[in-house]
Amino acid sequence: MSLSRREFVQWLSAAAVAGGTGMARAGRSDRIVGKVVVIGGGFAGATAAKYIRMWSPDIDVTLVEPNRQFVSCPLSNRVLAGTWQLADIVRPYDGLARHGVKIIHDHAREVDTVNQQVVLGSGRLLSYDRLIVAPGIELLYDDIPGLRDAATRSTIPHAWKAGEQTVILRKQLEAMQDGGVYAITVPLSPYRCPPGPYERACQVAHYFKTHKPRSKVLVLDANADIQSKKGLFRKAWQDRYPGIIEYVSNDVLMDVDVATRSAILEFDVVKADVLNVVPPQRAGRIARETGMVTANDRWCEVDFITYESVAVRNVHVLGDAVMGAPRMPKSGHMANQHGKVCAAAVIALLHGDGVNTSPLITNTCYSFVSDKAAMHVASVHRYDSERDTMLPIKGAGGLSEVANEAEGIYAEAWGRNIWNDVLG
Amino acid sequence: MKATLCIYLLLLCPVAVADVRAADTTGRDLAIACTGCHGTDGRSEGAIPPIASVPKDKFVALMKAFRDGSRPATVMHQHARGLSDQQIIAIGEYFASRSPR
Repeated sequence: MSLSRREFVQWLSAAAVAGGTGMARAGRSDRIVGKVVVIGGGFAGATAAKYIRMWSPDIDVTLVEPNRQFVSCPLSNRVLAGTWQLADIVRPYDGLARHGVKIIHDHAREVDTVNQQVVLGSGRLLSYDRLIVAPGIELLYDDIPGLRDAATRSTIPHAWKAGEQTVILRKQLEAMQDGGVYAITVPLSPYRCPPGPYERACQVAHYFKTHKPRSKVLVLDANADIQSKKGLFRKAWQDRYPGIIEYVSNDVLMDVDVATRSAILEFDVVKADVLNVVPPQRAGRIARETGMVTANDRWCEVDFITYESVAVRNVHVLGDAVMGAPRMPKSGHMANQHGKVCAAAVIALLHGDGVNTSPLITNTCYSFVSDKAAMHVASVHRYDSERDTMLPIKGAGGLSEVANEAEGIYAEAWGRNIWNDVLG
Repeated sequence: MKATLCIYLLLLCPVAVADVRAADTTGRDLAIACTGCHGTDGRSEGAIPPIASVPKDKFVALMKAFRDGSRPATVMHQHARGLSDQQIIAIGEYFASRSPR
């Protein structure tokens, strides 16, 4: 067994704690056993930062997040319907400070994985014993020439990162004449939030039905079929929005004409009044530039016991940037679960304790089909030691029978609880 | 003799601490699966029932009823079917020990 100097120092500090009374973990925070830097304060990163501090106050945690406030992608489609305002999906980061998380509102410019340092936009250096990278997604416009110039995306928004883009799309829908066409293009899987585009179709259709009843919603899907809750969405579209929502599959977006708001697809050209292009995606920039992207040139493979990158030591990757295990969606709920499992693992590693080798996580994903009715897909995932990955437990999980108002109330409550769990 | 005992206890100490920790985190780590919806340590604010401080026996009985379908639910029956008796007990012990606020 050979130890690097850093490992030796870690081992010494871990041994020092183990040799004591164990009180350090129970509340004393004057003895710091390790430094963790978290890049990205979304569902995954903020959860990891909070839970490390909550479960182990003897670890120093710094969160690097450029945005001053948290804006939730889950439930953001309700802003497009006008049911909610943007303020309803915005939360402050203050709660994390109460757990002792140090928050720096800056971006991570680069990571020196050899010397274990993060370089911030300001030039400041942050050293770490363990780095957690939760950068979310980068939107890929390389193959959509008409949208390479970022300025065009205020004319043809993605609204796939909630915030300003959500407001732009809502304003376009409000300004649209009755009788107009809203078209959304869906990229090939995997992408952030599999049911998101189809929920968005419902939300826009609900707005049209109640305010602009002669208008149409067009879903232009690069995939062969609806990617999540297929039967439930088909039923919702048929029962609630007949003649409003039209679905086209297997048609890949090749380009757009910004001036006419036209989607140039492989088999069709569609002119819309409001065009919403959800582009292909990959792991956020910092993961890519620091060598964590190992799958399809897009996603980061991790060990699902610790979420440590398979490529870079002492660096953990969480959330949508991760190359998912079988049937593990890129969802906010799943990112929250990654954050907690990783927090437990990082605490164990920094203390020299054994890591939990049989993590169990869940996913519960609600989609609203109107202003009040929602439906869910749920799954339970366990670590399979033979295949070294997380697998859904057979016989567990499932779908709603049909979208209903009781689940709409639960869906709103889910939002409140998970935002508190991530940030509170 | 006294000195020997002290050394013996000291030697034993790290092992004992490690054992206590392992036992301590089982329920905590399994409860990760619950707290996304039910809130940190089961402290739910809205329509989703809070589970912090629910007595273990009540929790275990509820979860088993969800699992065998005798108690109707929108989603809990689907989650409960992913858990063993042992896991339900460990999670129940954890939430029973959490304060409601």
